[in-house]
Amino acid sequence: MFDIERWQEIFDTIRKNKLRTFLTGLSVASGIFILVILLGFGQGMQNGIAAEFKEDAATSIWVWPRRTTIEYKGLNPGRRIQLRNENFDAIAGQMGDGYEKGSVLYFPRDVKVVYKNDLLVYNIAGTTADLQTIENEYLSEGRYINETDVRTNAKVAVISNKIKREVFSKLDSPLGEYLNISGANFKVVGVFGEYGDDEGEEERIFIPITTAQLAFNGGDKINNLNYLLPEQGSLDETVANTDKFIAEMKDYLHEYHGVSPEDDRAIRVWNPIEEAKRYYGLTNNIKFFFWFVGICTIIAGVVGVSNIMLIVVKERTREIGIRKALGAKPWSIVGMILQESIFVTAISGFSGLILSMAILEVVGPNVEIDYVLNPSVNFTVAFSTVIVLVVAGAIAGFFPAWRAASIHTIDALRDE
Amino acid sequence: MGSNSLHVLKGINFSCESGELVAIMGSSGSGKSTLLNILGMLDEADSGEYTLDSVPIKNLTETKAAQYRNKFLGFVFQSFNLINYKSAMENVALPLYYQRVPRKERQEKAIEYLDRVGLKEWATHLPSELSGGQKQRVAIARAMAAEPKVLLADEPTGALDSKTSYEVMDLIQKINDEGNTILVVTHEPDIAEMCKRVIHLKDGVIVEDKKVEQVRAAQYVQ
Repeated sequence: MFDIERWQEIFDTIRKNKLRTFLTGLSVASGIFILVILLGFGQGMQNGIAAEFKEDAATSIWVWPRRTTIEYKGLNPGRRIQLRNENFDAIAGQMGDGYEKGSVLYFPRDVKVVYKNDLLVYNIAGTTADLQTIENEYLSEGRYINETDVRTNAKVAVISNKIKREVFSKLDSPLGEYLNISGANFKVVGVFGEYGDDEGEEERIFIPITTAQLAFNGGDKINNLNYLLPEQGSLDETVANTDKFIAEMKDYLHEYHGVSPEDDRAIRVWNPIEEAKRYYGLTNNIKFFFWFVGICTIIAGVVGVSNIMLIVVKERTREIGIRKALGAKPWSIVGMILQESIFVTAISGFSGLILSMAILEVVGPNVEIDYVLNPSVNFTVAFSTVIVLVVAGAIAGFFPAWRAASIHTIDALRDE
Repeated sequence: MGSNSLHVLKGINFSCESGELVAIMGSSGSGKSTLLNILGMLDEADSGEYTLDSVPIKNLTETKAAQYRNKFLGFVFQSFNLINYKSAMENVALPLYYQRVPRKERQEKAIEYLDRVGLKEWATHLPSELSGGQKQRVAIARAMAAEPKVLLADEPTGALDSKTSYEVMDLIQKINDEGNTILVVTHEPDIAEMCKRVIHLKDGVIVEDKKVEQVRAAQYVQ
């Protein structure tokens, strides 16, 4: 292998058969190139989809009641269910270990929001401090509703970036301003924002839950239960854990509100992790598809290399005969042809690898397509495919080379 | 190769001394090429003995045969058999590569042998840029570069016109004059007359084996 004379002989051959060498190299390099780019985009799609799901905390669930649809224990269907503070407290007592954060929402009805004689059309929602984590909101200014606010029925409000833009655009900061909500003045203490492009939830003004219930005839009514559940080791475990929590919670709520266990429509739960699981499944399929196409490309590359090797050996049969007549041993012929083919496939394979990795490095971070983020490829994987291609090329070259070397010298010389 | 075996040579018995220039003659199909291929270890006899420089040649593996060919034998073919992508000099240097002669020495030696056949200025040319006679002279230089014990020439003039043929025969005679043993297969009587001994083959047997008065080719070459 490290015989310098052999290498000189091989370089002579390569130099004088440029087209042949170029074509072999091209098929190898393009095979690797396509594979790496495909795998890179597969990874990019997975990254992109994962990023889309960061907008809401992926393990948050929302619970809201509807009307019953099944008659149960003498109660008619069509009955409206109303959640109460007691429900939240009971779930905290029974299943407090099952979630990381829990919060509630209460939407007072028929409230008027006025700021300096302008009527505003935003929703009022009473809530607690933990909603911020559950809804995955960030703070632009000031603070969020806190536990003291809830305990002391404070008349404070947290508004969104959107409201700040639309209502308080003339001021440097809306903090310290007062909103008149159905006659009571609420002091603005914070501004929040939602991650992502979706501003649908930025229509809300948050006030403490206790204040909302007290000031707007809420009693102990609540509209939504919101929970952030813990993430487990794998997605499947997280889904299983979430499903278990939801089932236990529904059992309790059904029991408490006299809802038939078969009535799926009375208490609704939105569980985005189920959606996430579907998307992750989809990305796995996409990844699998890209692998499949990539491997087919590699197989095409191997077939191409084999084909070229076959033709090369055929073309060189007479030369092989001459070399043998001049004293070349069969193994030195096989060695020469193999060394040449391994050299060419290795060099061109790595060129394809380096080129495609460079393109991914340069272009990858700048890609701005929905659901594609920072396409990149695992170097070990790409490196291994080059090795596979080189080995396959060597095996593909070995058999025709061996056959040509074992043809009788006299027959090889007669080959035209 | 075929399924039917055909006896080409049927009892050939001759010996050749060092320094001889032997012509093997015969019409086509008489077995003269087969004889030369056996002598050249390119082919193997079904039975019989062959001793080259007191080494018995039998049951050769391809590797062993390659070694012997490299050490003992030089070949000149009717169709030259030069490697078309190598220059004249590289073609001549090729047998030395298989003798593991270092590159530099190989090239010097190749130039020296090309000089002997009068083609030193053509050293960097490809075979396609040479005439038939020049190609054959390169082939002879290549055969001689390995300094073989025996030079085997299979119809060396078969593809050449008569003037070029005489030039090639002149070269062969000169190499013989230096003491090299040469066997030439030919079917042309005038070429055979330029050798020192003529063996006639017919249907695989020797019908005549005689020493001849050598006709010098130089007189036909201006």
